[in-house]
Amino acid sequence: MSILVNNDTKLIVQGFTGSQGTFHSEQCIAYGTNIVGGVTPGRGGETHLERPVFNTCADAVKETGANATMIYVPAPFAADAILEAEAAGIKTIICITEHIPVMDMLKVRSVLDASDSVLIGPNCPGVITPGECKIGIMPAHIHQKGKIGIVSRSGTLTYEAVFQTTHNGLGQSTCVGIGGDPIHGLDFTDVLEMFENDPQTEGVVMVGEIGGTAEEEAAEYIKHNMKKPVVAYIAGVTAPPGKRMGHAGAIISGGKGTADDKFAALEAAGVATVRSTAEIGTKMEEVLG
Amino acid sequence: MNVHEYQAKEIFARYGVPAGVGRVAHSADAAMAVANELGGERWVVKAQVHAGGRGKAGGVKICDSVDEVKKVAGEMIGATLETKQSGGVALPINCVYVEKPADIQNELYLSVLVDRATRRVTFIASPEGGMDIEEVAEATPEKIMQIAMHPAAGFQAYQAREVGFFLGRDKKQVGQFVKVMKGLYEMFTECDASLVEINPLVTTADGGLIALDGKLNFDDNALFRHAEFAEMRDITQENEREAKAAEFDLNYIQLDGNIGCMVNGAGLAMGTMDLVKLHGGEPANFLDVGGGATTERVTEAFKLITAGEGVKAILVNIFGGIVRCDLIAEGIITAAKDVGINVPVVVRLEGTNAEEGRKLLDECDYDLIAAQDLTDAAKKVVAEAAK
Repeated sequence: MSILVNNDTKLIVQGFTGSQGTFHSEQCIAYGTNIVGGVTPGRGGETHLERPVFNTCADAVKETGANATMIYVPAPFAADAILEAEAAGIKTIICITEHIPVMDMLKVRSVLDASDSVLIGPNCPGVITPGECKIGIMPAHIHQKGKIGIVSRSGTLTYEAVFQTTHNGLGQSTCVGIGGDPIHGLDFTDVLEMFENDPQTEGVVMVGEIGGTAEEEAAEYIKHNMKKPVVAYIAGVTAPPGKRMGHAGAIISGGKGTADDKFAALEAAGVATVRSTAEIGTKMEEVLG
Repeated sequence: MNVHEYQAKEIFARYGVPAGVGRVAHSADAAMAVANELGGERWVVKAQVHAGGRGKAGGVKICDSVDEVKKVAGEMIGATLETKQSGGVALPINCVYVEKPADIQNELYLSVLVDRATRRVTFIASPEGGMDIEEVAEATPEKIMQIAMHPAAGFQAYQAREVGFFLGRDKKQVGQFVKVMKGLYEMFTECDASLVEINPLVTTADGGLIALDGKLNFDDNALFRHAEFAEMRDITQENEREAKAAEFDLNYIQLDGNIGCMVNGAGLAMGTMDLVKLHGGEPANFLDVGGGATTERVTEAFKLITAGEGVKAILVNIFGGIVRCDLIAEGIITAAKDVGINVPVVVRLEGTNAEEGRKLLDECDYDLIAAQDLTDAAKKVVAEAAK
């Protein structure tokens, strides 16, 4: 088992024929991901990377039975692409695109809240179940099939956690980048619940950062619902208030959203925390005994 | 992106939000002309800088004659203003706003933002106008009201009535609240604002409402559809190096420490700063060179970091994902040579072709210190900075 994506995932790519879409689709195909086609409006009927191109998501779903999509559409059009995928009935929508306006995401999220499709991202590295299915921009070779679930708001910090858990032989069940934007799809609690219910996952690494209250909500969830051990790291102890640290969502506003608050909430919930990104892997080994 | 008060008030007016009577002036003579044009016997001259807390810092002056307006404007324009909210820097005053004084009865607080927890456009209101709203929320939370707009229904009049009555207004003024909040909601959503803050929103002796001050921030990611607002950007109000970084698509934020950091990825960049601090050092900056980390961007990044006074050592932390570490190492060596760095540089490379990358660093004639892992890198750079 694993969560969200596996050998049965039939993936289409929105923004398939663009440079980013092409490059990363090639990488995914090389990893063994079952890409069944792509969508580029106006280029339906063509073939790209030996796969069919469709004008709309609805056509792509009808012809291929796709159940997941990976979105590389540029930011001004990305919200539209997410909503098109939802309307076509695609259950797992993974949006890599960065810099989508907040107003657009408010609309997207309100549609997704009333839908049985799930959105991962935007502004995220994607989702990978090692050995089965890679959807996104993460470097495949650092992963190894195993027992740790990883959920993170940051791409490169996910890679650190992956690298360390591969290095010490624990491996990963599934790695989920939920993205660095203030309004996004799946949150920590959603993914933690999936990992709790996944037999392959024995422990979870959660990588948070400053801004918002998602880590505090996750702490509440863990305290009341999780039996599996969780190791957490929060980035941004040294971040000055009021400054946006790269990610749109990473900002301490009005004294809220600090790394110290988040560490405190997680520690109060019995989560094993590390103050150094370099200690995620060793801490996980320690808590698994 | 931030705009000035005079620009915010211009946009307020378009949406029927009363913002008083005034105009911007870029010189002392122009300020006097504005005062003459507005008429009356008293005027308020306000320094236009991107920071709150101007009044207490001497950036807002009441004048009793047009000559005084001219004198005050002349003193302000060309000078700088440091306030409690300007982040420790003195901002240049390029223009002033001259307006008629309001006959103030009550000072209220009203703002609009996106509450990320509820994912709704939300109004925040308080009868304690003119104060630091965070302090009000801390000391007297019962004096704060939050009201969220449903994304499908949008603003509804009852919400403004709830706010108006909460703020102790009578029936007539509550009617005005409906108009003002409706306008603010439309402005917020149509203009892709990220924050509208009116502090204070004043009630006047004749029962009117006026936005005496106006703070307006736009969502940078939506500026592509608002060319007019994008042009309002005043880079003289921004940190010079941070603005320069943005030109090269680098995320850079200046800090007070002495250890320069160059990292790929925003999360890892924060994590690296934290690690430096954890091992007893102080980061001089946040810098995300992005996934690409090409020679050109690394060169620009080195220039930015070394432009900082008191940088004693630099830590480069790259996790090579899809990009190969040997290519990044070559970029670092070239950039370090070109920029002519004269402080120690500690480099940690991990990921694709990391071994080859480290070998290149070891063999190059430029003195780069290769670190074995993340902890080793942090310890080495802290030790170098302390020398």
